[in-house]
Amino acid sequence: MKYFPLVWANLRRHKLRTILTILSVTAALFLFASLRTVVTTLGAASKFGSARRIVVTNSTGIVFPLPMAYANQLRTIPGVQGVTWANWFGGRYGDGKRFFANFAVDGPSYLELYPEVTVPADQRQAWLQDRTGALVGVRLLDVFGWRVGQNVTLQGTIFPGDWTFTIRGVYTPTSAQFQDDALLFHHELFDERIGRAGIVGWYVLSIDDPNRAAQIGKTIDDRFRNSSSPTKTGTEQAFNASFATMWGNVRLLMGTIGLAVVFAILLVTANAMMMSARERIGEVAVLKTIGFSDRALFGLIIAEAGVIALTGAILGLGGAKVLYRATNFNGLGFLPGFNVTASTLLLGASVAIVLMLASGLVPALRAARLPVVQALRHVE
Amino acid sequence: MNIPILYNVRSVMQRRTSTALTALGIALVVAVFIGMLALANGFRAALTKTGSNGNVLVLRRGADSELSSGLPREAASIIAASPHVAIGPDGRPAVSPEVYVVIPLPRPWDTSSVANVVARGVSDQAWTVRNNVQVVEGHRPESGRAEICIGKKIAGRFANTEVGQTLRFAGRDWTVACHFSAGGSAFESEIWGENEQFMPVFRGEVFQSVTFRLRDPAAFDEAKRSLEADKQMTVDAHRESDFYSQQSALLDFILRLLAGVITSIMAVGAVFGAVNTMYAAVASRGPEIAVLLTLGFRPRSVLASFLFESVIIAAVGGMVGCLLALPINGLVTSTTNWASFSEIAFSFRVTPVLLLSGMIFAVMMGVIGGFFPARRAAKLPVIQALRT
Repeated sequence: MKYFPLVWANLRRHKLRTILTILSVTAALFLFASLRTVVTTLGAASKFGSARRIVVTNSTGIVFPLPMAYANQLRTIPGVQGVTWANWFGGRYGDGKRFFANFAVDGPSYLELYPEVTVPADQRQAWLQDRTGALVGVRLLDVFGWRVGQNVTLQGTIFPGDWTFTIRGVYTPTSAQFQDDALLFHHELFDERIGRAGIVGWYVLSIDDPNRAAQIGKTIDDRFRNSSSPTKTGTEQAFNASFATMWGNVRLLMGTIGLAVVFAILLVTANAMMMSARERIGEVAVLKTIGFSDRALFGLIIAEAGVIALTGAILGLGGAKVLYRATNFNGLGFLPGFNVTASTLLLGASVAIVLMLASGLVPALRAARLPVVQALRHVE
Repeated sequence: MNIPILYNVRSVMQRRTSTALTALGIALVVAVFIGMLALANGFRAALTKTGSNGNVLVLRRGADSELSSGLPREAASIIAASPHVAIGPDGRPAVSPEVYVVIPLPRPWDTSSVANVVARGVSDQAWTVRNNVQVVEGHRPESGRAEICIGKKIAGRFANTEVGQTLRFAGRDWTVACHFSAGGSAFESEIWGENEQFMPVFRGEVFQSVTFRLRDPAAFDEAKRSLEADKQMTVDAHRESDFYSQQSALLDFILRLLAGVITSIMAVGAVFGAVNTMYAAVASRGPEIAVLLTLGFRPRSVLASFLFESVIIAAVGGMVGCLLALPINGLVTSTTNWASFSEIAFSFRVTPVLLLSGMIFAVMMGVIGGFFPARRAAKLPVIQALRT
């Protein structure tokens, strides 16, 4: 520690160089944290799902509906506690530039099965009692400047026409992975307006024992195997994971870019450290002559690299953490729960340490091994 | 008078490690820049090539994709009878009423996850209407039989997609009769069968879209007006090429935005690296610069000379970056086209224009990184510099 003033003085010698190098490291670790958070967020989304909920879809494909009449049959399956259903609506608001999910749901059973959706009691009542009411995610209020009691009109893309709803309630999800930018309205109204077609996009069931999910799923699929609409039942987690995998090789893409970023900055930092060390050959020789050990000189240069790498890391990683939190970033709704995790911060810190060692090692070794007599010749 | 370029080249060679590190840093930025834009290019190219300028795609009014559309048989007949439809070589109208659905196929490496693949039921005219579609192996599905033709990009990516094999979906077995190519377009990620075969097993008596070839490609507006004004149906007519390019708009925008953000942050780092290197170069060559100035070279020439040196380093970096990025050209990857909710496979596309923009980007980094150090060199106080 007693050498710290020396390290400090060295850093201040070329202030501009030190600042630029620190900023490069900052930029690199900011990018690193951002890219990794995309990966962890998608990972969390694909793992999200209550073990007590299973999803029943049409086995022909996600875009095919199931008959509403299945609800009563599903309730009789042993192990099934609650049944709710939903239908993707695909409505467009305004110019359609800001996409958000909108579903027709069976209100009372939906709120019962999804304790993650929290609504103030009075708003909950108001929504359930208004046939044309909508329940919207808290983020949508910010995005569009809506308020409770306002009418909003969606254009149906799958189900044509203008659909006007009155915002009766605002929900706040208790889980970060649960989307906070969806609009929910009553399936009853949906069914009536499409001419009582009696269709449902998918069913969500709550079950009494998570361990029996597979068995209950098989019972359901067997029951409907020879009907007009055979089913495919899986855990809610698998249902969510199927959407997350649709992005393709995001992990590989982000990983490759992240690696390139870190490597590019390593070059910049290593270069800066080498330049600093080269300029100081004479000084190092003097320090050696007055009794500094090889080890101390090695340490001095590594410490200098360390200050640069760690300052950059704190700025870059901390900046990412603070920025994404402050702006409540969610990738236009595609990345709900975007949050720089502790593991990302830790990994970023290790990258900084590797950066410190890798960039400082060559100059530090060179300084430690410097033959004094030869080096002193540089001193004028 | 200008300082000879050879001076800069030799100076650069003097500081090999430092120059190489800086150039390599720039190379990585350029490689990422090209790589990400090649991804965006490939995706856009696949969708843009899908639509033909001479074709019209008719959907139910308000539908923003084929998936959300639905047209009754009567609408298909009305459209087929339109005077704007071209007449094929066999004397029949070149029109294809199509069934369009998305089906799950298990991924071969992980059967627990599925990919959503487009299954398109077409009329036998579809092969005339889409003139870029060609059977590359096997024979076209025969009318009335449970046969399918598989796009070249997904053939082999999923199990049971080779010619002669049997693929099961929608509760039936389908014989793979052929593979087809479609000029690298999104069609190559689809499964085609006969519309009359697909109708009963999927959504019943309804088509999703009707595509026809225009008799006169210039008369699109007229055709659009007359179809949309028809009181017997409620449809929107799109030029096929516009429709597909528009589908690529969102993801293309996201990819380009991402490329812009990531590479500009990286570029900041690389420019700082260049600034450091050039300042060090200027600092270590004080006496040299002073001599140049004493010899009568103008400060402006010194500035140009150092700027040029920085540009050389950056250009070398840019070239290495281009070389690093080249091998990804043609690599096939896939993602979901959210507009159609289906998986689309496409190739990275590294174009000459892209390589050129990579080089321009590198040179820009060199100019920005070299400017301030070069200015310092030009403004060096001669007497003082000569003393050191």
